[in-house]
Formats: sequence, C-alpha cells, structure tokens
Amino acid sequence: MSATASGWETVIGLEVHAQLSTKSKIFSGSPTAYGSAPNTQANLVDLAYPGVLPVLNQEAVRMAVKFGLAIGSRIAPKSVFARKNYFYPDLPKGYQISQYELPVVAGGHLDVVLDDGTKKRIGVTRAHLEEDAGKSLHEGLPKQSGIDLNRAGTPLIEIVSEPDMRSAKEAVAYLKKVHTLVRYLEICDGNMQEGSFRCDANVSVRRVGAEKFGTRAEIKNINSFRFVEKAINYEVARQIDVIEGGGKVMQETRLYDPDKGETRSMRSKEEANDYRYFPDPDLLPVELDPAFIERVRATLPELPDQKAARFVATLGLSEYDAGVLTSSKELAAYYEEVAKLLAAGKEPTKEQAKLAANWVAGSLAAALNEHNLEITESRIDAQRFAALLGRIVDNTISGKIAKDVFEAMWAEGKDADAIIESKGLKQITDTGAIEKAIDDCLAKNPGQLADYRSGKDKLFGFFVGQVMKATGGKANPAQLNELLKKKLAG
Amino acid sequence: MHTLTLAELATKLRAKEFSVMELTNALLGRIEASQPKLNAFVTVTGDTARAQAKAADAAFASGKAGPLTGLPLAHKDIFCTRGVKTSCGSRMLDNFVSPYDATVVEKLNAAGMVTLGKTNMDEFAMGSSNETSYYGPVRNPWDLGLVPGGSSGGSAAAVAARVAPIATATDTGGSIRQPASLCGITGIKPTYGRVSRYGMIAFASSLDQGGLLALSAEDAALVLEAMAGFDPRDSTSVDTPVPNYAGTLNAPLAGLKIGLIKEFFDKGLDANVEKLIREALRVYEKLGATLLEVKLPALPLSVPTYYVVAPAEASSNLARFDGVRYGYRCKEPKDLMDLYKRSRGEGFGAEVKRRIMVGTYVLSAGYFDAYYLKAQRVRQLITSDFKRAFDEVDVLIGPTAPDVAFGIGAKTSDPIQMYLNDIYTIGANLAGVPALSIPCGFVRGLPVGMQIAGPHFAEARLLNVAHMYQKETDWHRQMPAAFKPEKLS
Amino acid sequence: MSLNRDQINSIAHLARLSLTDAEIPVYQDSLSKIVDLVGQLEAAQTAGIEPMAHPLSGLSSRMRPDVVTEGDQHELYQRNAPQVEAALYLVPKVIE
Repeated sequence: MSATASGWETVIGLEVHAQLSTKSKIFSGSPTAYGSAPNTQANLVDLAYPGVLPVLNQEAVRMAVKFGLAIGSRIAPKSVFARKNYFYPDLPKGYQISQYELPVVAGGHLDVVLDDGTKKRIGVTRAHLEEDAGKSLHEGLPKQSGIDLNRAGTPLIEIVSEPDMRSAKEAVAYLKKVHTLVRYLEICDGNMQEGSFRCDANVSVRRVGAEKFGTRAEIKNINSFRFVEKAINYEVARQIDVIEGGGKVMQETRLYDPDKGETRSMRSKEEANDYRYFPDPDLLPVELDPAFIERVRATLPELPDQKAARFVATLGLSEYDAGVLTSSKELAAYYEEVAKLLAAGKEPTKEQAKLAANWVAGSLAAALNEHNLEITESRIDAQRFAALLGRIVDNTISGKIAKDVFEAMWAEGKDADAIIESKGLKQITDTGAIEKAIDDCLAKNPGQLADYRSGKDKLFGFFVGQVMKATGGKANPAQLNELLKKKLAG
Repeated sequence: MHTLTLAELATKLRAKEFSVMELTNALLGRIEASQPKLNAFVTVTGDTARAQAKAADAAFASGKAGPLTGLPLAHKDIFCTRGVKTSCGSRMLDNFVSPYDATVVEKLNAAGMVTLGKTNMDEFAMGSSNETSYYGPVRNPWDLGLVPGGSSGGSAAAVAARVAPIATATDTGGSIRQPASLCGITGIKPTYGRVSRYGMIAFASSLDQGGLLALSAEDAALVLEAMAGFDPRDSTSVDTPVPNYAGTLNAPLAGLKIGLIKEFFDKGLDANVEKLIREALRVYEKLGATLLEVKLPALPLSVPTYYVVAPAEASSNLARFDGVRYGYRCKEPKDLMDLYKRSRGEGFGAEVKRRIMVGTYVLSAGYFDAYYLKAQRVRQLITSDFKRAFDEVDVLIGPTAPDVAFGIGAKTSDPIQMYLNDIYTIGANLAGVPALSIPCGFVRGLPVGMQIAGPHFAEARLLNVAHMYQKETDWHRQMPAAFKPEKLS
Repeated sequence: MSLNRDQINSIAHLARLSLTDAEIPVYQDSLSKIVDLVGQLEAAQTAGIEPMAHPLSGLSSRMRPDVVTEGDQHELYQRNAPQVEAALYLVPKVIE
C-alpha cells in the first residue's frame, strides 16, 4: 500500500552497526574471528574480570575515520568514550563502552539512486565507535540460557542516519549504499548472516503536511535487505491501523519475526532504560591531529559514486548500469578488466563498454546469484570472460549462441574457443550459405511466402525462425535479416 | 628482626646475618600469633612465601640478588594475585581465586620480594575504619578497641605491628594516608597514573592509586621505585621515567617553601593535632624551610565532590559483579532479575550498597547535571587551587586526619560522620597530586600523622622532605607495646 | 527526607540490588543524608568551568596496534564460574 496515497507520510531513520574487520578487539588483544568454539576468544578484559582495563585499538579508530571521510563528515579532533550502563548477561561489565556526546564522526551524507532512477541525499547524523556484546544461546537448555562472550569487545561503528527516508525502498537503497561503502573501504565484510552488518529501523508515520514527527518505534533484529523492506512496510501499516483505530503508537522496541512477517513488542526489554552515560574514566579522550586525518584520507580508494561517475563519463555507460557495476569494488574491478581486455589494451569504445556491462551485469551476475558466489569466486575469470565477449565482437558467434557458450564455460570450466570448436558453434557468415538456407526455407514454405507478399508482415519472424532452426542457430542474425529482406522483396 | 626497617633488613640480608627463610618464618609466626588480635590478614600465603624465600636465598648465594631480593611484604587484598584468593574484603569475592597477577604484584615478584599474605580491608575499598570488611574489623595495634583507619586497615595494622615490614595499599580518598596516621606509620599515595591500576580492583577509576604503607620514607622510596612505571595495559598510566627515589632522600631542605592551607588550619582543626603539626613545622624551619600561608578556597568542597564522583564511578565499576562469570551467586535464582538482585544484594555489604545507590542516583536522568557534572566542575576548581598553590610553594604540609583513632563501632551508625574522616586527604585524590603521611607525635598515647603533598610527579621531593624529618625525629620508630616482643603470645 | 521510598526502590532496581522491607527506610535515611551532603555543591560558583573527567589534563588516549596477543585460556578463566556447561556461562533463561 502506498502511505502517501492515503494521506500518510512515513518517516524512517536507520541505525547500522557494522563490525570493523580488525584482527583484534577494540579494547583487548583477543582475536575477532567468527565462528570459534564458545568463550575461546574471550580474555580477562572481555570477561570483565576484576581489575582489568581497556586499551584502544588504533586500527578501529583509523577505520572509523576512513568511514567519516568517505561520507564527507566532520572528524572530531577530540572524541570521548562513554559508559552506557545497563544489566544484561551478554554485557559482562554491566556497561558498554561507547561514545555519547562527542562521537568520532559527525554529520555526512550518502547519495542513493532509487529504482526509478531518482536520486536522493540521505543525511548521516553521526557515527561512533563502540564495543559489541556477547551472545545468548537458548537451544538445548530448557530453563537457562548459555552466554558466549567471543563476540564481546568486537569493534563496531554505529552509523546513525537522519530521519530522511520516506519509504521502505529508500531505506533499502540507503542500507545497500552503506553496505557497499563499508566493503569498498575494507572496514567491514558486510556479512549480514554472520551478524557483522546489522540494522535497526526507527519508523514513524504522520499525516501529510504535519510538522512534527509521529511517535517512533524501533525495529530490531533485521538481518537482510529483504526483511528490512518487509519489516518497515508491516510496521507502517500497523501504526496507521493503530492511529486510525483511535489509539496511540507506543515508543517501544519491536522485533521483526521473519517467519510470521510481522513486528512484535519486546515485552521483556526494560522500558525506557536510564543508561546513565558518563565519560569512561579508564580511557583518555581520543585526539586526532589533522596530519593523522590526512594520512587516512590518502588511503581512501575510489569511492562507489566516483567510480560510477567515471564509468558514465569515460565509458559512456548509463547511470543505472554504472550503479549496478560499482555495487562492489570487486565487481567493478572485474568489469573494468573485462572492458580493457576487450579493447585489447586501448580505451574501450562505447559499444565495447556497453557489451561488457550487459554481460557482466546480466548473465554473469545471474550465474553468481544462482550459485551463491561472490564475484571473487566466479568460475570464469575476467580473461576468459573477455575472450568470450571478443568472439561476439568479431562475429565468430552471435550473442544468442554466446549465452550457450557461457553456460558451457561455467559448467565445464573450458575456454570459449574450445567450446565453440568442440560444439561447432561458429556463426555462419558466408553470404552464400545463408542465401542457400533462405532459398530452401522459402521453397519449403510457399504458402507463407505468398501470405507475406500479400501483406502479412508478421511472417518475417517465422522465416527468420525457420532459417535459424535449419542452420542450428548459427546464421549471423544481421546478415540473415538483410538477405531475407532482399529475397522476400523479390 | 621485626623491629628493623626494610632498608635495615636489606643491609643485614646482604651481610648474611640471617637468611630470607629465617626472616620469612619469623614473620609468618608473628602473623599467625597476631591474627586473633589484629585480624589484619584475609589470607596468609605461607607456602608461596617459603618458596619465594628459598629462591631469594639461592639468589643471594649465587650473587644474583637485587636491591629488593628477599624482602617480605604483604599485599592489600585488592591486588589480584595469581592462584591466590583475592577477596577485596567482600563476600562477593570470597570464593574468587585470581587467574592473574596485578602489574604491581608482577613487578614486586620480579624484584624478588616475598609475599607474606593478603591484607584485610574495607569492602571494595569503601571505608575509613576497616569496619566494613566481610572478614570482620581490623584492630589498631596501638589499642585493640580502636580502628586502624581504612580502607587499607589491614596493611597499616600489619606494618605498625611489625608483622610485615611493608605493605602495598590503595588510596582513593585517603585510604593509605589516614590509616598511616592512625597507626603511626608512613603511607604514600603517588601521583595519579604513576602506578599501574591493572589488576587493582577498581573502586573509583579516576581517583584510585596504588601505594605503600611502610615504616619510613626510605623504605617507601625503595619499593615505590620498583612499583611505579608505565604499563601498556593501563591507559591511564603515565609514560614518564621513574626517578631513583632513594638517591635524593638526603637532599638538603634549605630554601624549601612549605605552604600551609589556610582552610585546613581554620576552625575545626583539633587543638592537640594542630600543636603537633606546628612542632613539626618548626623542625622544618630549623632545616632551612620557610612557611607560607596559601588559600585553596574550593578545598572545603572536597568531601561533597568526592561523594558524587567516587560513588558514581563505583556504581559502574561494580556492575560487573553479577553472579554470572565469577564471584558470589545466590542460591536457586528464580529468573535473571532474581539472579542479579540477590547475588548483589547478598554479596555486597551495606556501605557498598549505599555507595552504589548514591552513584546510581547522581548519574541518573534528571540529576546528572546537578550532581555529576557539577561535581566535576568543582573538581576542576580544586585542581586549579592546587596548581596555583604549587606555583607559590614546593609542598603543602598539614594534618592527615582530624583526630586520632576512634573506637570500633563509634562512627558506624552515621555515614557522614565516617566520611568526614577524609576531610584533609580527599583533595589530593581529586587533583591527582601525590601525598604522604608520616607520624609526628602522639595524643593520649595514640599516633598523629602529618600530611605532605606536592605537585604532579613530585614523589622524590615528598620522600626527601619526609626522610629529612625522620632523621631529626623518631616518631616513626615508636612501636605499639603489645607488639614489641619478638615472640607474640 | 530528600529521597522518598519510591525513589529508593527505583534506584535499587536500576542498580539490581535486592532490599528487604526493613532495609528500605534505613537506606532512605542514609541516602538522604548523603544527598544533603552533596547538595552543598549547588552553591559553588562554577560558571564557565569545564567538568574534569581526568586528573591528567592534556594527555590523550594511548592506542595499541591491531595485533592478536591472546590465546584461548577459557579453562583457566572458567574455574571461577558459578555455572558453566559446554564452555557456556549459564544464567536463568534470557527472554528476547
């Protein structure tokens, strides 16, 4: 349902928690690797033993600064760690070391492109460093929970957006952009299943034209882009129902249940926790001088927007294609390599760039998706892929046949040429051979020929199909079209 | 042996007048005999001590002994000691055996010192009389019906009774200096950041500092040099070199400028205590020092400031004691809330609970600005007062405690009464400046201490000023009668 | 008194401390006295003064390099645990 259609406006803000891919934890020297046996990566500091103290990991700071610079924010010359005090079994100290009044990153923005091509700038309020909590496990224990503190102390960057999003789709676009960016910057692996990239959504509704924001609910536990969209849509509908039914939306935390497709109130969570933030006396303020910040700036890679703009400007790609191909640094690199190889070391022409774009974003992406592989795990590397495309460009095979060759390359791991050779898929470009096939076809189908000549233009496609069939699909389509036209004209 | 200072023991050990093992066994015997009277120890580490003594004697035999090899000490039970119970004076940690050594413990072990045991203390270092310990009160060796001071009462009593020649301790609001004063010994609280807090169970992180209770400034100088220093495991530990404190003990005091805090010598200072301080100041004048009055107008607000900041930090530091990963757990918890509330309610004593609640209150929404932020601003004022004073003078001298030792149970019904014991000591913690207390006389047969404070990292100067006084006087050599005999009954 | 019973109860709850009925007035009394004591701060002139979170002014955060320095010692660390099973710390069920 469209909220605006019924006079309602949706307001969404997202909080993203991204685990920074440091080797060791933010305040201790424990490893951060995922999936180890319980409590084998929790040392005295992580376990909050009496007498232990935190020591800050400089790489976590560097990564946060990198992120801030990439979104055009202000890097705080002085930022302070604060204690967020609350009791929960996965929080060993009884407080989380976070940042409150003085975060390391303030302001900034991300530009997103929506499905219909419109652009929107989403503001970022702040991003700060904090430590992750451990995990509670409930399976196999009837009346108890088991606490695993391996994750406790993993560095997080919490990215808080302005409440600038007005639809679930905008929220998803923003989330995907953040996801792409942190992976470009190599500060987070973005693995949502493993929990290294998590999202909470703050959702509220208000009547179109209203000045104030409505009461918002926070939805937690959303670990996929699809669920973000569903959860938000469900929540918007729920809130509208509540208000239209005469009720008030409660400011509360809700969980998204992917099985039922609904959000529900977290009954057991404390209402309005008083976190009693105060600066952590065990840690001194983080002071970053301009020289340090510039050194970090120098390590920024070409950012997604910059790369996409370059693809549009120098390769003549559409904004949409450029957006798709730059959604990950690795995909963009693969694409660029294919385009360059296709151009035999020269600057790719528009046609070459477009061909490569269509294929990388098309068949290759589909195959990766189907087999759940990253571009870095592609069964066909850039060289072999470029070689396949080269055979289209030089007319050895048609685009249609190329699709079959691609499937075979993927399945068998052979080169394009080997497959073309072994399956005899070379395009027929011999004018004489094509003419002969056309002659045969017209001779075999006198009735349709007569019908066509008396005005039934649609039958052109029939003849094309018949000739293609007769030639095993290998007739060069362009030549076939031209010659057929001539022969039909008489 | 028990009447000797640490420095004298070191000399005699090197001269092989007796072995480390003999000394250790003698002290262990005295400790055992004194326990029913003093209750100064929570744990006596006899086996460890003898093993360390053996190694020390071997070091002496092979000529590999260092300046502190074989010297016995006790650790306040707030320092984590690997493989040994570390209770912090609390039921909460009654069953806790630390898996690691505090940095201070590591350093003194490495120097070859011999650990006699872990001393009793006010629970989680909260107290000024050592009456809040789960293990019962410690008694003052000068009069067993009186308190030794707190929170480092066990360390102070052990040293005063000559059952340990020196002991580590901690000071957050006066917990080294005030017991030193009440027990007639020397106690030093170094500059904040001078001694590593790693492994020192936290009470108030921005105020806590590890230090020593000793028989003399010279003894303190010897061990402080080994204890102090940068520790990469403590982010608040300062990376400046540790001076050779012993080397400057005898620097002449001619030209020393001593400041007298007007606000401390005002109304309220006990006349008998004042008399002794002024006599001590005359000694300093004879040694060439001059006296100046200085004003620290924000200093009278020390106690209220402290009782916002310290409980606030403590309420957060003690949140980790929840019955989940170590420490006391209540029986048969009904649910998670019950686990937390009863483990903490039963594991902590009344004073600790009181301070946790005060701390929780002053940090809570609606009160944070009025209490916590306000207190931190006043703290800034107090710190500036000290800075300005030290622009004019080299050290500040004054009383350590408002009175001599009081009766056990005398002040336990009114927490405010108890808190006012720290009226002269708290300021140094708030400003992070170093301060020590040395004995300067007796009132009604009970010891009185004189406090000497200096600017940041002035420990060498403070120890020098204290040592020169101890060369002219022998208050620090007085021993409580009950503990004079070698063999205690 | 500066603090009433409800406040004592909510503070104790926030701090996860169980208080018996008999204890509530006792803590109410002592806490109120302490609140009165610290109320003396109100009169202090602190306009324009920065709050001081650290006695070491002018020092900034020390950082450590991103290196793993710890191995698995969970058996040692869990010796003090009140209840452990399959290396997990056990607590009464946490409802999410």
